[in-house]
Amino acid sequence: HGHLDPPKPGEELKITFVTKDGESSTFEVAEGDNLLDIAQANEIEMEGACGGSCACSTCHVIVKDDNMFDKMEEPTDDENDMLDLAFGLTETSRLGCQVKMSKELDGLVVELPAMTRNLQASDFK
Amino acid sequence: TPLSQHAYSTTARHGPFRLAIIGSGPAGFYTAHKLMKSVQNATVDMYEQLPVPYGLVRFGVAPDHPEVKNCENTFEEVAASERFNYIGNVKVGQHLHLRDMKPHYDAILFSYGASEDRKLGIPGEDLPGVYSARDFVGWYNGLPEFRDLNPDLQSGDQAVVIGQGNVALDVARILLTPVDTLRKTDISTHALETLSASKIKSVNIVGRRGPMQASFTNKEARELMNIPDVSFAPVDRSLFPSELKKLPRVQRRIAETIVKGTQTTPDDTSKSWALTFLHAPKSMHSDTTTNRIANIEFTKGVFSPDSDPYAKDARVSATTETMMLPASVAFRSIGYKSAPLPGLSDIGVSFNEKLGMIHADSWGRVQTPPSSSPEVISNDGAPAHVHGLYCAGWVKRGPTGVILSTMADAFESADVIAADWQRGQPFLNTTSDGAQSTGLGWDGVKDAIIESGTRPVSWADWKRIDAVEREKGKALGKEREKFVSVEDMLRVLDG
Ligand SMILES: Cc1cc2nc3c(=O)[nH]c(=O)nc-3n(C[C@H](O)[C@H](O)[C@H](O)COP(=O)(O)OP(=O)(O)OC[C@H]3O[C@@H](n4cnc5c(N)ncnc54)[C@H](O)[C@@H]3O)c2cc1C
Ligand code: FES
Repeated sequence: HGHLDPPKPGEELKITFVTKDGESSTFEVAEGDNLLDIAQANEIEMEGACGGSCACSTCHVIVKDDNMFDKMEEPTDDENDMLDLAFGLTETSRLGCQVKMSKELDGLVVELPAMTRNLQASDFK
Repeated sequence: TPLSQHAYSTTARHGPFRLAIIGSGPAGFYTAHKLMKSVQNATVDMYEQLPVPYGLVRFGVAPDHPEVKNCENTFEEVAASERFNYIGNVKVGQHLHLRDMKPHYDAILFSYGASEDRKLGIPGEDLPGVYSARDFVGWYNGLPEFRDLNPDLQSGDQAVVIGQGNVALDVARILLTPVDTLRKTDISTHALETLSASKIKSVNIVGRRGPMQASFTNKEARELMNIPDVSFAPVDRSLFPSELKKLPRVQRRIAETIVKGTQTTPDDTSKSWALTFLHAPKSMHSDTTTNRIANIEFTKGVFSPDSDPYAKDARVSATTETMMLPASVAFRSIGYKSAPLPGLSDIGVSFNEKLGMIHADSWGRVQTPPSSSPEVISNDGAPAHVHGLYCAGWVKRGPTGVILSTMADAFESADVIAADWQRGQPFLNTTSDGAQSTGLGWDGVKDAIIESGTRPVSWADWKRIDAVEREKGKALGKEREKFVSVEDMLRVLDG
């Protein structure tokens, strides 16, 4: 999957993904990289079924910090249309393929919502 | 029970886990994708009735939505695995019986989608000029079964679509989009020809309930609002709450799109579309000279007094008032429906005819219906898992939902198959004395398949068909030019 150019020294931006199991991983990336490409280049589980063309919402992320969310460019109508279909939509939901890293977003933390249920012991009888 | 888990412990298992998947749509591929990741020695044989893969991604998704089809890239990665074997042009239940398949696999996944459409059950719905949306969509997408549909779009200028889901909006969009825009897509050439000669000027999409209950999504509504030289007939504002802002997000956005409508009105543009709410089709009537569809009679509905008209689940009841709409062509778009595969009951699968779904638990484990046959491993008559059998996609959940929802439910099916395997649950052919499947998979069935007279198509074969389709498309300035008959697909392989 996707290859990303490493950031130039001194221009690294930090981004953290928190999986549904609470595991968090932080990466140093370059300005302009989008969250889907970053996730896929680092084997973070994000489907990206439509390949980042804003047509599937399998790259749904939840921004943890309201202030950070407010710093992002407003989602387009197309992005909002897809977000409408996302599972577990929140007030700070975005599509990973539509969010590009920038200096303002250095230190961004996003959560990956659960797309499927976890099997419980009671599911085996 | 702990005892049976011991008897079927994983350590007793040898050889790889062999899964047969029936159907190569998103449900089959996404289940294979997840399962092959979580069970390292799982091998998958995927059976598909057509030579070509991808189900409704190829034959359903509208040609002007190429981005949606990008999921095929993931499916190609899945198919590239050595543990994956594609077997196209084999119709399970016809070329291969389920009972002959069973001895050679540890598990079978049913992901064969929904092959029928729901009918209205009203007089006149079989009149010439009335089409099922499924057939029409299959026709413009090059599905061999419907290549000769040849819909009559020239007898008049008014089309009526019954049903208000995304498929209905797809049909309307294809009828209203300038043909030159469609030319660049992978729409079938026969459809382009018919659509260029189409006289349709207006498309009225009629639903039984109100705007807040309709099942189309905002994306599809906005697309229709944005077609050049096509206007939207303003809707009755009273169908919406006075303050749209108070609606929940998804409904608010749809309401805003519909209330805003288009800048132009049907008087200003050459084509137009409309949404008619709260009307249920009652009967279809023909023109006495042509014997073709001419009018559709609808019964007007009202919201039940105890229902909130703006709630998603508001109920509607019929009035005695009726309305007649002229229609030179009509499309029935009230949903798809799965059918039972021949021979399902031979291997213990029961099919819910009413819902058009395989009887299964929410994870996709095929289940016996409550209190059924005696051989069931259950002493209280409660539904029990028919070991080794699973389902995913539209045949599991019912024929609704986008690829996202199909993917999520396929992932759950994969999770439960993997967990059952890892926990040492019984699978197909497992008996308490340790017997298992032959482990042969495809090698165990191929002779019977070839004897049935069909020509199995491998992934490498499909890639050849794919390459020729793309090449032919290139010459026409489009993504691909689909073969619309099975014979033509096979001719690429065998000359
Ligand atoms: C008109 C239309 C437009 C759509 N547009 C979109 C869209 O824009 N975006 C979106 O996200 N979703 C869209 N969808 C929904 C999406 O297509 C479905 O969610 C998805 O395809 C369901 O997957 P499935 O694998 O269950 O079934 P299918 O895709 O139907 O796959 C089933 C497969 O099984 C095969 N099969 C059937 N019987 C047999 C047999 N006996 N033996 C072997 N093989 C068999 C079939 O040939 C088919 O290939 C659309 C659906 C329709 C109908
Ligand atoms: S990858 Fe499909 S919407 Fe982002």
